[in-house]
Amino acid sequence: MSSDTVLEVENLSVDIAVPAGTLHAVSNVNLQVDKGETLCIVGESGCGKSITSLAIMNLLPRKATLAADKLALEDRDLLSLSEAQFATLRGDRIGMIFQDPMTSLNPVFRIGDQLEEVYIQHGKGGRKEARERAEFLLEKVGIVAPTERLSQYPHQLSGGLRQRMMIAMTLMCDPALIIADEPTTALDVTMQAQTLNLLRSLQKEFKAGLILITHDLGVVARMADRVMVMYAGRAVETGSAEEVFDMPTHPYTQGLIDCIPVPGRTEPGSKLGSIRGIVPALVGDLDGCMFRNRCDLVSDACRSGDIGLIEISAGRAYRCHLSSDESKIKTSVEGAV
Amino acid sequence: MNQLMGQFSHPDSDAVPALECRNVGRTFMIKKGIFAEKQPLKAVQDVSLQVNRGEVLAIVGESGCGKTTLAKMLLGLLEPTTGEILLDGEPINSVSIKDIARKVQPVFQDPYSSLNPRKTIEQIISLPLKVHEIGSQASRRARVEEYMRLVGLPKRLIHSYPNQLSGGQRQRVAIARALIMEPKIIVCDEPTSALDVSVQAHILNLLQDLREELNLTYAFISHDLAVVEHLADWVAVMYLGRLIEFGKAVNIFNDPKHPYTRALLDSVLTPDASLGLPEITLGRGLPNPLTPPSGCYFHPRCPEASDQCSAEQPALIKNENRLIECHLYG
Ligand SMILES: Nc1ncnc2c1ncn2[C@@H]1O[C@H](COP(=O)(O)OP(=O)(O)OP(=O)(O)O)[C@@H](O)[C@H]1O
Ligand SMILES: Nc1ncnc2c1ncn2[C@@H]1O[C@H](COP(=O)(O)OP(=O)(O)OP(=O)(O)O)[C@@H](O)[C@H]1O
Ligand code: SF4
Ligand code: SF4
Ligand SMILES: [Mg+2]
Ligand SMILES: [Mg+2]
Repeated sequence: MSSDTVLEVENLSVDIAVPAGTLHAVSNVNLQVDKGETLCIVGESGCGKSITSLAIMNLLPRKATLAADKLALEDRDLLSLSEAQFATLRGDRIGMIFQDPMTSLNPVFRIGDQLEEVYIQHGKGGRKEARERAEFLLEKVGIVAPTERLSQYPHQLSGGLRQRMMIAMTLMCDPALIIADEPTTALDVTMQAQTLNLLRSLQKEFKAGLILITHDLGVVARMADRVMVMYAGRAVETGSAEEVFDMPTHPYTQGLIDCIPVPGRTEPGSKLGSIRGIVPALVGDLDGCMFRNRCDLVSDACRSGDIGLIEISAGRAYRCHLSSDESKIKTSVEGAV
Repeated sequence: MNQLMGQFSHPDSDAVPALECRNVGRTFMIKKGIFAEKQPLKAVQDVSLQVNRGEVLAIVGESGCGKTTLAKMLLGLLEPTTGEILLDGEPINSVSIKDIARKVQPVFQDPYSSLNPRKTIEQIISLPLKVHEIGSQASRRARVEEYMRLVGLPKRLIHSYPNQLSGGQRQRVAIARALIMEPKIIVCDEPTSALDVSVQAHILNLLQDLREELNLTYAFISHDLAVVEHLADWVAVMYLGRLIEFGKAVNIFNDPKHPYTRALLDSVLTPDASLGLPEITLGRGLPNPLTPPSGCYFHPRCPEASDQCSAEQPALIKNENRLIECHLYG
C-alpha cells in the first residue's frame, strides 16, 4: 500500500440472508482510493453500490455477512477492528454523506450541537474549539449567517442547506475518506452543480479520498478520477473517467451510455438506445456472466463458469470473455423491459 | 389564431391549442402553527400558455415552483383560484368529469405508489372504463389486452399484481391506464424520474411511438433537461410559481435568455469526461414561497440583478420568438 493510498479493498463479498435463500449482494469487489482522488461507483438500482459502502463503514444490515481478503484504511486493518473501534473511526477518519441528510441528522437536536458533538466525541477539543470549527466549515460550505443556522433544527432548513450541513459535519474531524452515497439526487440541478463543486473543492483542499456513489452518468463523467461500473454485485468495468466514457468496453457500460439522451449527440426525437430484459435475481448459486440475459453478444461461453476481469492496463479492466475489440456493440437492439 | 391571450399571445400564433391556460393562478392557504393566521401561498401565479395539438410542451423549473400544481389544474383535478383553463377551446369547468377524462389523462412519477397494490393489472388498466361505465366486462377485457399490447406489456401479466412487475412494466401499466380512455392529451408528471436509465430509455421511446401512432399531445414535466431537449417542441420555464420563459425548445436550448433559464441549462451535466463541473454563479438563497422577494422573484439569486429588479416586477413580454419575464428584455 503506497503512502498515498487511503482505502484498499480486496475481494469484498457480501451475502444477505433472505427468505428465498442467500442473496449475493456484492461479489469479489476490489477498490483502491488515493488521497485527493475521487472514485465513482456507478450502476443501476440494486447493483450493490450502497452495500459496498456500508461494508466499508461496518454498517451492514444484520442479516449480511462480509468476506474480504483485505479491507484497509490508511494503515489500519479494518477486518480486525471491533465495532467499538469502528465507531471511533466513523466520523473521524471516515465520513459518510447519505442521499437523505435526515438519516444522519437527528431531528430533535440543534444542528450546531450535532456538529460540535462529532468533534468533541472524537477527542478533537472542547466546546469552544468545536464551535469555531463548525463556524469555519459552514462558511466553507457557503452558508451565510452561520451562527443563526447552527442554532436551528434540521427541519427548519431546506434540502440544499441540510445537504451542506452534512458536508460540513463530515469535515468536522479530518476524514481521510469521504463516502457520499447519492449526495445530490434529491437536489435541483442548479443546487446539484453547486454542491458537487463544493464537495470537490473541499475534498481537494482537505486531501481526502472520495467515493461517490451515483446512478447519474453525467455526475460520474464530471466528478470522477476513476470509475467502477457495477452490475449485479460485480465490478464489470473500471478505468479513468475518460477511458470508461470514451471507450466503454463492457457491453453493459456501452448500453448504459447509449440509453441516455445527450444534447448534441442524440438527435432530438430519435430513438434512444436501450438494454432489453431485467436484472437477474441474485439469490442462490450464480454461474456465468450475470449480464447474459440482456447482452446482444451472448454465446454459450457466457452461460457457465467464472467470467473474470480482464485487465487492459493498470486500473483498467472489464468483465467479459470477449476481447476488447469483440465486445464492441455496433448497434443497439430494441426490446421490451 | 389566438387573439384572446392579448399581450401574452403564443409566439407561434397559427397553432391550434389543445390545452390553454389564461392567467391561471392557484393559491393555497397555509397554517404555520396552531394559533397562526392562515397565510396565502401562491403556488402558481398568472401563467398563460398553451399546448398545441400533436405537440409536446415541457414544463421545467426547480422543486416547488408549481409544476405539479399546474399539471393538476390542466387535468381538471384542481380548481384554479384565478384565470381559466380551456380544453379544446372550452372552459374546463364547463366540461363534465367524464368528458375531461376522455380528453386528458395523467401519468404520474412514481409507478410504485400510483398503482393500487391489491388490484390486478387488468383491474387497474380498466378502472377508468369502469368508473365511466363504458363497455361490457368482455369488451373491456378486449380493450385492456389491446392497450397492453400497444404499450408492450406481455398478455400473461394481465392477472398479476403491481408488486410482481418491474418498475418499467409498472410505468407501462400507468400509460396503458391513461390511454384506455383514448384521450388526446397526456399530462406526464416526471414519468421516468423514479426509473433506472435503461428503463427510462424504453419509456421515452414508447412515449414517442405512441405520440406518432395516436397523434397525442403531451404536457411533460421533468427536471431532466436532457430528456426535455430530447422530447419537447415547446418549453415553459417556471420560477416560484411564475412563467419566466416560454418558447420553442430549439430556441430555448440554443439561446436561453432569462438568467434563470441560463443557469438551469448551465447546470446540466452531460456525460462528457473531458469537461469539469460548471461554475454556477447563482445566489444560493432559495426563496420562501410564503414571502416571495419584492420585484422580480429571482432577483436575490440573479447575477444580473439591478436596482429596478428588486423594485419592479417585470411583465411577461414577447421578445423575438418567445415570451420572457425579465427587465433585461423589457
Ligand atoms: N437490508 C437488506 N435486506 C435484504 N436485501 C438487501 C438489503 N439491503 C440491500 N439488499 C439487496 O442487496 C442488493 C444490493 O443493494 P444496494 O442497496 O447495495 O443497491 P444499490 O446499488 O445501492 O441500489 P440503489 O441505486 O437503488 O440505491 C439488492 O439486491 C438489494 O435488494
Ligand atoms: N395541497 C397543497 N397545500 C398547500 N401547499 C401546497 C399544496 N400543493 C402544493 N403546495 C405548495 O405549492 C408549491 C408548488 O408545489 P408543486 O408541487 O406544484 O411544485 P413542483 O414544481 O411540482 O415541485 P417538485 O419538482 O418538487 O415536484 C410548493 O411550495 C408546495 O409546497
Ligand atoms: S461475457 Fe458474454 S454475456 Fe457477458 S458481457 Fe461478455 S459477451 Fe455479454
Ligand atoms: S428581472 Fe432582473 S433580477 Fe429578474 S431575472 Fe431579469 S435581470 Fe435578473
Ligand atoms: Mg443505494
Ligand atoms: Mg411536482
